Amino acid sequence: MLDRTEDLLKVENLYKNFSISAGLFAKPFELRALQDISFTVKRGETLGIVGESGCGKSTLGRCILQLLTPDQGRVLWLGQDISRLPEAEMRKKRRDLQIIFQDPLASLNPRMTVGEIIADPLKTLMPEIDAKGRRDRVIRTMEAVGLLPEMINRYPHEFSGGQAQRIGIARALISEPKLIVCDEPVSALDVSIQAQILNLLSDLKERLGLTLIFISHNLSVVRHVSDRILVLYLGRIVELADGDDLYDDPKHPYTRALLTAVPIPDPKRARQRTIEGLVGEIPSPINQPSGCTFRTRCRFAEARCADKVPPLETLPGGRRVACIRWQEIDLNPGP
Amino acid sequence: MADVLVVDDLDVTFQLHNSEVKAVSDLDFALAEGETLAVVGESGSGKSQAFLSIMGLLAKNGKGSGRAMLGDTNLIGLSPGELDRYRGKDIAMIFQDPMTSLNPALRIRTQLGEVLVRHQGYDRERANRAVIEMLERVGIPEPVKRASAYPHELSGGMRQRVMIAMALLCRPKVLIADEPTTALDVTVQAQMLDLFKTLTNDFGTALVLITHDLGVVAGVADRMMVMYGGRCIEKGPTDTLFYDPRHPYTLGLLHSTPNVDKRAARLDPIQGLPPSLEHLPRGCAFHPRCAFRFDRCFEERPPLLPVEDVREKACWYQGELNYEEVA
Repeated sequence: MLDRTEDLLKVENLYKNFSISAGLFAKPFELRALQDISFTVKRGETLGIVGESGCGKSTLGRCILQLLTPDQGRVLWLGQDISRLPEAEMRKKRRDLQIIFQDPLASLNPRMTVGEIIADPLKTLMPEIDAKGRRDRVIRTMEAVGLLPEMINRYPHEFSGGQAQRIGIARALISEPKLIVCDEPVSALDVSIQAQILNLLSDLKERLGLTLIFISHNLSVVRHVSDRILVLYLGRIVELADGDDLYDDPKHPYTRALLTAVPIPDPKRARQRTIEGLVGEIPSPINQPSGCTFRTRCRFAEARCADKVPPLETLPGGRRVACIRWQEIDLNPGP
Repeated sequence: MADVLVVDDLDVTFQLHNSEVKAVSDLDFALAEGETLAVVGESGSGKSQAFLSIMGLLAKNGKGSGRAMLGDTNLIGLSPGELDRYRGKDIAMIFQDPMTSLNPALRIRTQLGEVLVRHQGYDRERANRAVIEMLERVGIPEPVKRASAYPHELSGGMRQRVMIAMALLCRPKVLIADEPTTALDVTVQAQMLDLFKTLTNDFGTALVLITHDLGVVAGVADRMMVMYGGRCIEKGPTDTLFYDPRHPYTLGLLHSTPNVDKRAARLDPIQGLPPSLEHLPRGCAFHPRCAFRFDRCFEERPPLLPVEDVREKACWYQGELNYEEVA
């Protein structure tokens, strides 16, 4: 039985900036991609990460896996800080921490057969396994993700998008990881295939006791797969709550605005609904507003929202929200 | 309402090295003034190719045949020169990625104004004024400033608005939008869909919305047409198809779509993969993935026939589509 209360991953006060060149002699811009990110992931849960493009959700996924080095803060994996580990040490951890990418075909080497692609991580992560053992594992994993083992000698271009994503999932699973970061894993797929892959991920999660971090801009998909959901806006956490709490009773005006904008596949409900238009577009992460970065688009904003960055408060029940007005404003006016 | 575009027996064929592939077969539909028609299907269903052929924008090895009547003119088979009398003026098309449709080296006002100079004989001055007015109309803030900008200086949502403004400059009777909101964030997508609704209401433009997103369809379309393997397999009013789908594929698509409003334990995806157009299955193209198939479906292709008075479907199965019984 899984201990679902154990913190598998803990992220503490993580910051990540990117320098953007402004020309040869000019001082480069600082793009603040992630600011003061803290959260935990429990064993066996799926944590959804949502936000608009440029909010830092993919950067966060890569910082967790140490594919990008955070500027400040810690990433604790089973209590150990992995953000400053030497690469050789980190490599040992990588068998536990894997990733699935958005564009399945682009993330597969076209010159390798499916069998080689899936077995590849084993060579570096588990060199103790011999060729025969690798092949057995590849076949077992292919079966687990719904690929026929006789496809083992084919090349990626012979596969459709959905099948290619199954190969990507098999490659992530081969080292028997504990945590997989799924970065927009179904965004490039057709609707009917998307549903197949979502079901596959939830089956695998149950069967193998996986923990998932599911990054997506599609709020319907995230609701479908996630236990808890983290909402990012301009590189900061604005809300973190259990899926149903977040969707049925959002506390942050941004979460609320995002949710009302999601198209509902139900014509009558779609017609009844009023979309709360967000004013304007997401500001540039180089030139962020002072105080609450959402205030420029928020219909509840007041002068004091510009004063300081709102803290991420913990509410009764454990959900968290970063809005100084969350108690005063009514986001869910009656019908 | 009068029909502005009537399509009959539309076929689209592509010549490959040593074979021929039919991307669209026997497509029929009519589009009324101010109406929004959603064309729904997955990759390879022929939904984009059908409309590219109407616009005369097929790849070189592609050929359309049949009729696409815009008033008294059949657009299919016209030379590019003849088509230019109608394209951009009476019928316009916008695409998923606005950056590939805008000339990066021209200011917004120059490339938009060109449409009016060319089709309406405006002088530059007058064209500029009309462009700024239209930019404002599609919800672009500071239109005067934006008109002088280059495409790369605008955000994705803004560029898509520019595309729509360009398409609407000559007040076309028909606007074809191919996945116009797929690349946009949800908040921007919602603004765009709102804009589409306003435009069809205010200008009387008939809108064809090509999409795979049933959420988008539910919000804006009056009627929908579902395509599979190059053919229309079900069409009718949006509400009818959503609440009472009769084709197993339409039903399957609805079951595959996650709904933000309620969390289902599991989705019921359609099994298998969409067919390759080069190797379409015999009989009904959908039969290998269909839970309701029977002997006839393997042999004979079902024709698109009226069911009741408002809809048509192409399926031999006449019973209730009860998922639980067969799944």
